[in-house]
Amino acid sequence: MIGPGVDPGRFAPYRALFGARFRMLLQYRAAALGGLVAQTAFGLILIMIYEAFYRSSAAAARPMAFGQIASYVWLGQAVIMMLPWNVDEEMRGMVRSGGVAHELCRPVDLYAWWFARALAQRTAPVLLRAVPLVAVSTLGLPLVGLAEWRLAAPVSLAAGVGFGLAMLCGLALACAMSVLLYISWLWTVVAEGTLVIVSTVVSMCSGLLVPLPLFPGWVAPVLRWLPFAGLLDQPAQIYSGRIPAAEVAIVLAREVGWVVVLVALGRRLLGRGLRRVVVHGG
Amino acid sequence: MPQIVVEQLVKTYQIAERAPGLWGAVRGLARRRHRTVRALDGASFAIERGELVGYIGPNGAGKSTTVKALSGILVPDSGRCEVAGRVPWQQRLDHVARIGVVFGQRTQLWWDLPVVESFELLRDIYRVPPDRFARSRDQLIALLDLAPLLDVPVRQLSLGQRMRCDLAAALLHAPDILFLDEPTIGLDAVSKLAVRAFIQRLNRDDGVTVILTTHDMDDIEALCTRVMVFAGGRILSDGTLGELRRRVSRERWLTIDLARADAVVDEPDATVIRRDGARVWLAFDPEVVAPAELIRRVTSRCAVRDLFVENPPIETVVARLYAAHRVDERGAAGGGAT
Repeated sequence: MIGPGVDPGRFAPYRALFGARFRMLLQYRAAALGGLVAQTAFGLILIMIYEAFYRSSAAAARPMAFGQIASYVWLGQAVIMMLPWNVDEEMRGMVRSGGVAHELCRPVDLYAWWFARALAQRTAPVLLRAVPLVAVSTLGLPLVGLAEWRLAAPVSLAAGVGFGLAMLCGLALACAMSVLLYISWLWTVVAEGTLVIVSTVVSMCSGLLVPLPLFPGWVAPVLRWLPFAGLLDQPAQIYSGRIPAAEVAIVLAREVGWVVVLVALGRRLLGRGLRRVVVHGG
Repeated sequence: MPQIVVEQLVKTYQIAERAPGLWGAVRGLARRRHRTVRALDGASFAIERGELVGYIGPNGAGKSTTVKALSGILVPDSGRCEVAGRVPWQQRLDHVARIGVVFGQRTQLWWDLPVVESFELLRDIYRVPPDRFARSRDQLIALLDLAPLLDVPVRQLSLGQRMRCDLAAALLHAPDILFLDEPTIGLDAVSKLAVRAFIQRLNRDDGVTVILTTHDMDDIEALCTRVMVFAGGRILSDGTLGELRRRVSRERWLTIDLARADAVVDEPDATVIRRDGARVWLAFDPEVVAPAELIRRVTSRCAVRDLFVENPPIETVVARLYAAHRVDERGAAGGGAT
């Protein structure tokens, strides 16, 4: 789906780029530590806000149990670097200097090339942050008497497996969206414009800021059908059992469907964008 | 059949413009004005296998645009372009796998990776078989003296070191054409000589066709068997350095060190172009007065300590060519503004 053909040798360049970027990104330990502190603080603040809401509202008006919300928030904070709302600094530099066209000097399929790059960007920093954050939020919080705020275990083994699969599809979605972001830079000189739009949409519609089940009646189903729900909301709902194991297949099908659509769209736009690429200098 | 054939290549760019000042910026939000710039305006040439060709010309003359079209990263508006039977932008993957490209202004290596890892990444990108890769890597490391640099991340290399690594990176897959866009820009004297010696060896011993753009006339004099002068997207001159000189002017310079600083040199067939104490520079046309005759006349009139005849520096020749071209352009109907 990502690269044409089936010959395994064909994937060598993309595997090599992914490996190199992945190893490189794993070196940023200080950034990971900073991220851990920020994500822990942010998670705690969100949970405190929901706790305050829940204390002052009637039980009937609560679409999610408090424990489900806490887990949802921590999962969101754990995979925050997977969501396509921040960028790869190097790509941004490349856009500004007009260097995107120079990527064409290499005998690689540019879409697959950028997808491999996005895949490293959306996994290595997540690993660096998610592991300690999960440790803090599952084991650390009960130790300080905040067991209610912890990240609970998945409700069942099936829910755990379903969550893992849905998160993998979410990763593919995040990469396809990242590549669309890169492609949008073929039309603009400054990356910030599209970035601000995308980061706002992603953090609202993925459930990162507000869990999607808390949105008012008619909005929630719409959001569920958008591709952004697959990034975090749907996997998190499978995790906490709000989406039963029997419905996991529907979620996965929807996610895969969106991946196909976004990849196809990306390939089309890339082809069009490259035809109008202006190479600076003459 | 020539390895590279270019016929009537045209490439135009749309450049967004805005009026200066705050009002201009506000108006620019609503309506953009565009100006069309012709980067290439019907360039044609053919290059044989194994040639070492230099492109020179002022900034914006079309040199780099030509290199980008030949290396498949830019699609021209019209014209024909074939490299070893391939149309670069139509068969891009196939094409770029068989050429090497070095841009002096930007590296093809990865900033964060040690040099040797960049090389390994390139091996996978170009799908070079492991034994062939090891052979060409070791050879390039020896020729470019890269051994001490292999474990250094690219961002920590000096410009000269980086350029040597970039040259190696462009050649790991053994291409038979190498494009170099300003390969010596910003390099110190020693690095320049090293880069030139390497390019020359590559062309002579391995028969690699080399096309380089430069602003450094020493590159041209040291390396190129053929020079193309670009201006305004067209090729003003194409030939050997000697042909370029003859085309622009037959002028020679006679530099004389006089015995006495106050001696007067006055020759009807030569002009004094500069005087600095006892040293005098005369310009003359060898068809009007033979160098031997001129020297005889000068030495018979005043005491001379030393003298020598030389060609004007290539910079002067090229500057004259540009000046002549600008005169032509003013004579012709205006530019391409819309």
